[in-house]
Amino acid sequence: MATSSVSKGCFVFKPDFKRKKVSFPLADYFNEGASLSEDSKLRFDTCQLLWQQMKSEAEELQEELNKNLFDNLIEFLGKSHLEFRKKSTNWNYQIKSREIPAAAIVLGVNVTDHDLIFKGLTEMLKDTVTPYVVSLQAKECPDVKHLLQKLASQLMGCCVDIESTEEENVQSSQRKMHYSMAFLSTWYRSITKKIDSESVNKKITSSSQWKESPPIVIILKDIESFSTKVLQDFIIISSQYLHELPIVLVFGIATSPIIIHRLLPQAVSSLCIELLQSLSCKEHLAKLLDKLLLTTRFPFKLNEKALQILTNIFLYHDFSVQNFIKGLQLAILEHFYSQPLSILCCDLPEAKRRIYSLSEDQCESIRRLPSFMRYVEKQTPEKQVASLTNERFLKEETLRFLEELHIYHENFFLVLRCFHAFMSSLPKYPLGRQIRELYCACLEKNIWESQEYEPVLQLLRMLAKDELIAILQKCVEVFKSCPGKQLGSTAEKLQEFLAQFQSLEESNEEENGSGSQQKGFQKTDLYHLQKSLLEMKELRSSNKKQTKFEVRRDRVVDLVDNLVRKYLSPPDTQTLYEVVYFTGAHMLREHLNAAPRIALHTALNNPYHYLKNQALKSEDDSIPNVAPDICIAYKLHLECSRLINLVDWSEAFATVVTAAEEMDPNSTASEEIKEIIHARFIRAVSELELLGFIKPTKQKTDHVARLTWGGC
Amino acid sequence: MMNHLKPQEVKMLEVQFVGDDDVLNHILDKEEGAKFRKDRAQLLVNVKKLMKKQESDLNEDDQEDLKDENYVDILGADTQESLKNGRVAGGSSKVYSFQTRKNPEKMAELAYELAKTPGKSTSLISKENAEKMASTSQSSKKQSTSDKDQLKSDEKNEFLSTPYRLRKRLTVSTLPSDTESEYSDSNSEDDNGVKREEEEKISEVLMDQKRIAKHRSVSSSSCKKVSAKKMKKDTTTDLVEEYFEAHSSSKVLTSDRTLQKLKRTKLDQQTLHNLLSKSSPSFSAELKQLNEQHEQLFHKWMLQLHLGFNIVLYGLGSKKELLEKFRASMLQDSVHVVINGFFPGITVKSILNSITEEVLDHMGTFQSVLDQLDWIINKFKDDSSLELFLLIHNLDSQMLRGDKSQQILGQLSSLPKIYLIASIDHINAPLMWDHSKQSLYNWLWYETTTYRPYTEETSYENSLLVQQCGTLALSSLTHVFRSLTPNARGIFRLLIKYQLENEDNPSYIGLSFQDFYQQCREAFLVNSDLTLRAQLIEFRDHKLLRTKKGTDGVEYLLIPIDTGTLTDFLEKEDKEA
Repeated sequence: MATSSVSKGCFVFKPDFKRKKVSFPLADYFNEGASLSEDSKLRFDTCQLLWQQMKSEAEELQEELNKNLFDNLIEFLGKSHLEFRKKSTNWNYQIKSREIPAAAIVLGVNVTDHDLIFKGLTEMLKDTVTPYVVSLQAKECPDVKHLLQKLASQLMGCCVDIESTEEENVQSSQRKMHYSMAFLSTWYRSITKKIDSESVNKKITSSSQWKESPPIVIILKDIESFSTKVLQDFIIISSQYLHELPIVLVFGIATSPIIIHRLLPQAVSSLCIELLQSLSCKEHLAKLLDKLLLTTRFPFKLNEKALQILTNIFLYHDFSVQNFIKGLQLAILEHFYSQPLSILCCDLPEAKRRIYSLSEDQCESIRRLPSFMRYVEKQTPEKQVASLTNERFLKEETLRFLEELHIYHENFFLVLRCFHAFMSSLPKYPLGRQIRELYCACLEKNIWESQEYEPVLQLLRMLAKDELIAILQKCVEVFKSCPGKQLGSTAEKLQEFLAQFQSLEESNEEENGSGSQQKGFQKTDLYHLQKSLLEMKELRSSNKKQTKFEVRRDRVVDLVDNLVRKYLSPPDTQTLYEVVYFTGAHMLREHLNAAPRIALHTALNNPYHYLKNQALKSEDDSIPNVAPDICIAYKLHLECSRLINLVDWSEAFATVVTAAEEMDPNSTASEEIKEIIHARFIRAVSELELLGFIKPTKQKTDHVARLTWGGC
Repeated sequence: MMNHLKPQEVKMLEVQFVGDDDVLNHILDKEEGAKFRKDRAQLLVNVKKLMKKQESDLNEDDQEDLKDENYVDILGADTQESLKNGRVAGGSSKVYSFQTRKNPEKMAELAYELAKTPGKSTSLISKENAEKMASTSQSSKKQSTSDKDQLKSDEKNEFLSTPYRLRKRLTVSTLPSDTESEYSDSNSEDDNGVKREEEEKISEVLMDQKRIAKHRSVSSSSCKKVSAKKMKKDTTTDLVEEYFEAHSSSKVLTSDRTLQKLKRTKLDQQTLHNLLSKSSPSFSAELKQLNEQHEQLFHKWMLQLHLGFNIVLYGLGSKKELLEKFRASMLQDSVHVVINGFFPGITVKSILNSITEEVLDHMGTFQSVLDQLDWIINKFKDDSSLELFLLIHNLDSQMLRGDKSQQILGQLSSLPKIYLIASIDHINAPLMWDHSKQSLYNWLWYETTTYRPYTEETSYENSLLVQQCGTLALSSLTHVFRSLTPNARGIFRLLIKYQLENEDNPSYIGLSFQDFYQQCREAFLVNSDLTLRAQLIEFRDHKLLRTKKGTDGVEYLLIPIDTGTLTDFLEKEDKEA
């Protein structure tokens, strides 16, 4: 092979220059190079367009969420170094100036998302506050020297960018210099002077307060991984130079603010810390789902299992919103890749246009959709024939279904939000606290058939008035926010109820007042108390038809019940739902959350799973002796404890293999075969070593150590 | 014999322990109780069969070659039966069947006992066999409970003297005979006080036993029988306990046989290869089908690589050929670098070098790997027309699995125009990546089980059974040596001789420069230390020499080639001279 050598590990291949120019469009890979190029190109473009839209939406959301945090930070920056900017010399300031202003941003454990936040932060600061923003990572700064070096080179880099007059060689000569804070402070003095003199042609359009002496913002992205000593030294050194360098520190914290005190038991006294909290990742996810999935803006939807897998990866593995988005991207890609009808998964007007240009094959695949077949079976014979043979009729039908699907979604999300408003006020959240849990439940099956549904309604019938009013207000807002007129009458009804409840308020209070006054304060013994309580209970049950409030409350609950039953049916009841719903949940799990160890174990333990040969079939976990060598060696090694004697192992292996080949082990002619078997054993053992099941050991001669234990 | 033993056993047990069964019904469902009994009977049969087998084996001489073909059949039958047991008791999932341990354990023991040589372990095992037989006979012949108690206490005494693992095995063998111990097993399992109370009421006599049993069940949990309900809960603890079981006892019982007695010489790589080429691989049709399935994914991979994902392949079998095919069919028109991670000399530095020098045609040097990485990143950012495919075979190899290497490769792969497709094989490979690295890599996982032999991957490895013949080192040594001046040859020969003289000295760190100079002077090979140094540079350039500063600051010279090769070399040179 061209890529194996005993002296080289890297092989570079460059194509001929002429051929390099020919570049394949990406869409060619889309349909496995098959002939349906036009169709696949369109599908690919739709996919890309949709993904770009969703991605930009997600980015917007991220920015929006960060905005609050950033504003707080800028405010904090404004407060810090006020005195420095005024060039104040009063005594109080001199004392106080030993304290470095530091902002601690608590970001949560989803470390992988932090980069994005810091990137945004750096850009924002550079744009509005100061050009001198440095971000440092723990792994770049094993000691103070490196830290200062990084700091200085980044700072110089900043100013080089701005002035672009200094030559490259200046930078490289600086590289070799020994950096110190003193050096930095002289640099800062010169740079601020320069800027003062030529502030007119400065690039940054900053507000006047930053102009004279922009602070130096040092961002420590992952404070937990910095070593205590480095941080401590750095803080002490920089606090000495604080009257010359307006340093502000920004800490990124993944765990809890206490970590600052734990990391810096002494130096913390020279910090003036302001704590800032970013939005928790769960809320971020909720917002993201709200924007991307619980909306009719994007036609693409996930089915219950797929959504469940993505949220599970999020909740149990990384809390990373970025990873969730990546999963979503994969889901979109898979959907468009594997479902030919996904060509209709676009917004309605576009879909209308596409329906009429559907090819015969595509029509045929519509007819083959299970949901469509279900629909056809319910029709009259004439219609059945028409939809199965008449292409035109089919296209009209398809269009109708797509429109219906769109309306279904509009109603679905409206009702879902309302229902969630009710659900989120119930104790213990029987149908889930987050809207995504409710959504999953609705996607899975008819929610009114679930076990929790009845108790939920009963709980709803016990809501207090003020709670109910609050919920109704929320619902009305939900309806108002949606422009669709589908559920107009429901919105009106809700509003009506709301008005009724509010008008009830005064009259109700009077009733209550008169009711409670009859009971005087009498001294009673226990027996009498019980008796009177019983009486009261009877009384209450007898005149059940109590207040107006209760009647209306029941009516509201009935309304909700009706809405749920009417609009929250799961999507697979809809015809042509396959066009927009991604169903390959197992794909997501396989590709995002793979279990390589289980795959290895299965391959070794049960080769039939991969090699469909009857000889390999076995009923139990046992393994036939004709299995691949490595499987046999593996099975034998499972029986040993910590150490394995190679001789015994080799002999056990040889017996199994000879038995498999049905040779007479006694025959003398088999010496060569024995050699071969031994060689096969050697190969199997070294393969197991490569896989990490065993390793050579010196505890005993000719033994290997097992690296796993038990039966796995 | 076995067939008619079985019903007898069941019957006897029922007769004997009516009271116990009542209690069983009290606490467990009748169904489960029945299951227990059935299990017990089965297990007993297993033990019996084993006993019989062992007896017959003991009668045979400790012959090296296993003549009896039935051995394999019994192996198979035994596992199957034991697995059945496991299944009934545990209802386990297919993949992680932890509770199938006890009887396969015996299978291995059986293998050991069959292939036994005189040694210290023999006595232990035979003693144990005797005990086992005793206990089996107990189970079949015991008539009264008091009798049993007597025997039990005997056993207890023995426990104190027998090593842990044997004790465990004994527990297995006694389990079937004894409802009580089994019962309290499950009892101690869930710590149900009520059960224990109830049980204590049954009989004062049994208390004693129970305590033993409990003690045993705590110490050897893997041989306990757990009701199906509890199994799920226990798998994790089982795993933990299995770990301690494997690592707690300092003494490991394996036979003392060594490969030398086997009279089979170590093969070298070449003969191994030749031998293996003679054996034809089985299931080639299925393998082909499997590979075709994987090959259908090529287009998808290309698409996903272009969309910003990177692809990692896992699963049993070498993936080199698959990736090679991918390269041949998809990457002919694009720049790509193939990296053999299993190559022992591979470093991140060499990967980066081949990117900067060969792909980007840069003829400069870099201060550090990080600088080089920065340079590459900037280059790719500046020039959007650049595209690069990286194919890494065995991303989890010894040389690349370090944290720093992975970080750098991750950063490379996170560039939008660098497409990485890699394979991993080690079972713990995913542990290399923490969250931040994983997000850098942005992996899509693909299972590609190929069952292909890892021929090339293991050929570099210092394998256990393969003799490192050093032919490569020898030939390169000869080549370099021939191109040297006579004086230089003499110098090198001096060093070799000195090194061979000190072969047995474990603390030998090399010949100090001064001593070497002295020797060379005495042999009229050099006249100043400068000329010697000039010669040494030549050796060093050919990687024939390594210098090391000792603790005293003196330079020590060492030839980094194993002594075997050096001796061969000297012999050869002497012959030719």
